[in-house]
Amino acid sequence: MENEKPQPAPDCPGHNEARRTFLKQSSLLTALALAPGAVVRAAAAELDEKVAAAFEQVPLKLDVNGVKHKLSVEPRTTLLDLLREQLHLTGTKKGCDYGQCGACTVHVDGKRVNSCLTLAVMQDGRKITTIEGLANGDKLHPMQEAFIKHDGFQCGYCTPGQIMSAVACIREGHANSEGEIKEYMSGNICRCGAYPNIVAAIQEVRSGGQKV
Amino acid sequence: MNPFQYVRATKARAAIDARAADANAQFIAGGTNLLDLMKRGVMTPQRLIDINRLPFDRIERQGTGLRIGALALNSTTAEDRQVLERAPLLAQALNAGASAQLRNMATVGGNMLQRTRCPYFYDTALPCNKREPGSGCGALEGINRMHALFGFSDKCIAVHPSDMSVALAALDATVLVSGPKGERRLAFGDLHRLPGDTPERDTNLEPGELITAVEVPDSAFTRHVHYLKVRERASYAFALVSVAAALSLDGTTIKDARLALGGVAHKPWRLLDAEKSLIGKPATEAAFQEAARVAMQGAKAFKHNQYKLKLAPNAIVQALKNAASAA
Ligand SMILES: Cc1cc2nc3c(=O)[nH]c(=O)nc-3n(C[C@H](O)[C@H](O)[C@H](O)COP(=O)(O)OP(=O)(O)OC[C@H]3O[C@@H](n4cnc5c(N)ncnc54)[C@H](O)[C@@H]3O)c2cc1C
Ligand code: FES
Ligand code: FES
Repeated sequence: MENEKPQPAPDCPGHNEARRTFLKQSSLLTALALAPGAVVRAAAAELDEKVAAAFEQVPLKLDVNGVKHKLSVEPRTTLLDLLREQLHLTGTKKGCDYGQCGACTVHVDGKRVNSCLTLAVMQDGRKITTIEGLANGDKLHPMQEAFIKHDGFQCGYCTPGQIMSAVACIREGHANSEGEIKEYMSGNICRCGAYPNIVAAIQEVRSGGQKV
Repeated sequence: MNPFQYVRATKARAAIDARAADANAQFIAGGTNLLDLMKRGVMTPQRLIDINRLPFDRIERQGTGLRIGALALNSTTAEDRQVLERAPLLAQALNAGASAQLRNMATVGGNMLQRTRCPYFYDTALPCNKREPGSGCGALEGINRMHALFGFSDKCIAVHPSDMSVALAALDATVLVSGPKGERRLAFGDLHRLPGDTPERDTNLEPGELITAVEVPDSAFTRHVHYLKVRERASYAFALVSVAAALSLDGTTIKDARLALGGVAHKPWRLLDAEKSLIGKPATEAAFQEAARVAMQGAKAFKHNQYKLKLAPNAIVQALKNAASAA
């Protein structure tokens, strides 16, 4: 047991994470069983548009890939879990769930973000684009074409996040050299090490001059 | 994540009152630090007060400086034209932090108030006086590679992880705070505190105090600046040691200098004596070496962070060289 104690660094998820998560979840179930019915309280003057008690469902409006949704979520739901589990848009991946890998990258009002580190309720009224919203019907986005052409993936797990990030990288104007692409794509980890091909795909789209 | 009540503030006063009235409440801005800690059970607020709709995201010229709203994003701030012109050191430090995605979420206020990355703080199965006062400091006798050289106590040897804050310390910024008792201004050096006997307190803010903005005064440090960050991979990793260096040169003579270290203390570590040692000297390696020697006086390492005793002065010399030769 001794050598499993100090975790290397908080930016590498620990080995015993799964066990501890399980323990936490089981104590949470106990808490759930004990919780009295959710208390709904009226909003105090000017404090809030909304007051959501623990476990209560909060109304939420989102535009996801051009489709308007009226939803109801528990405050704890991350944007990532909402997309995957409520909207069944499973293209966006959960790699680490702690902001350390970029697999969950989506665009919120055009900006790339890690959907695992934001609450869905914080995004009320925003426009979300996921990997499913990038293609135009059956016509793939130029970045998707380039990833295929350049073998920008192996297992493919990081790929939706890489592509969302790559599109943003060009739109932001941060794809002007190999060095700049590497720096501005550093938030997307690829365990298969497809990095050189990913950089090549981005460079091709960047120099191709197509609208991304 | 523990269950919590979520409220969204539309007025600063309401957010402050709600926070002051409830010891178990927290403000949430970008959420990139708070939600991380909540998922791990390190922080378990019962109520989150979402401050993102408050009007504090502007970056503007104010008097003789720049006023950067607490809700300005790290990415927006790093690319702001006025920040690049007047405080390029701040832009460099921001861009050295986290990833493009995280900088699109992280706010200036949240960045200063992010908590330590000490592994004992992060692991609820291990002792940590910062997380659980009285439980002991696991790092003191444990794995202390990432830990402090300066200003620590026998209760806590953790370091502050923010890159941006190292630049703000060097640039003599001022933090604007609004609280239950009104507004006040804090010199940036007085925002964070040393651990002493109460490491559970990272800062000198009172409960309910909301950071509304940070002011960066105009200075001569607009050209010869460099933020050097030493880390275990080229990007997307916290600093082992970082240096914010700024010089104002008259020909080759140093007229004024600013220096601060990151990754070595519970707060950004301003090096006033080392700065003084540089003033009036020619901008040569010998002067930089002397400044580094002065900077390291009083440094004390633990079992696994001895390497920082060499890394930090070398980084200071390199940062000053890069600053001096910056075009
Ligand atoms: C994988 C990863 C890598 C990272 N790498 C780096 C790095 O290399 N360098 C670096 O500097 N940082 C790094 N970070 C940390 C990141 O910069 C911080 O998480 C971010 O800046 C916090 O800002 P936020 O707005 O998301 O804060 P939040 O998480 O919303 O808040 C943080 C704390 O500040 C409080 N708070 C927020 N705003 C205010 C306000 N206006 N007034 C009063 N209290 C407030 C909140 O209550 C909370 O306690 C990294 C983070 C991750 C996840
Ligand atoms: S899932 Fe890894 S960054 Fe979000
Ligand atoms: S393709 Fe496998 S992780 Fe990137």
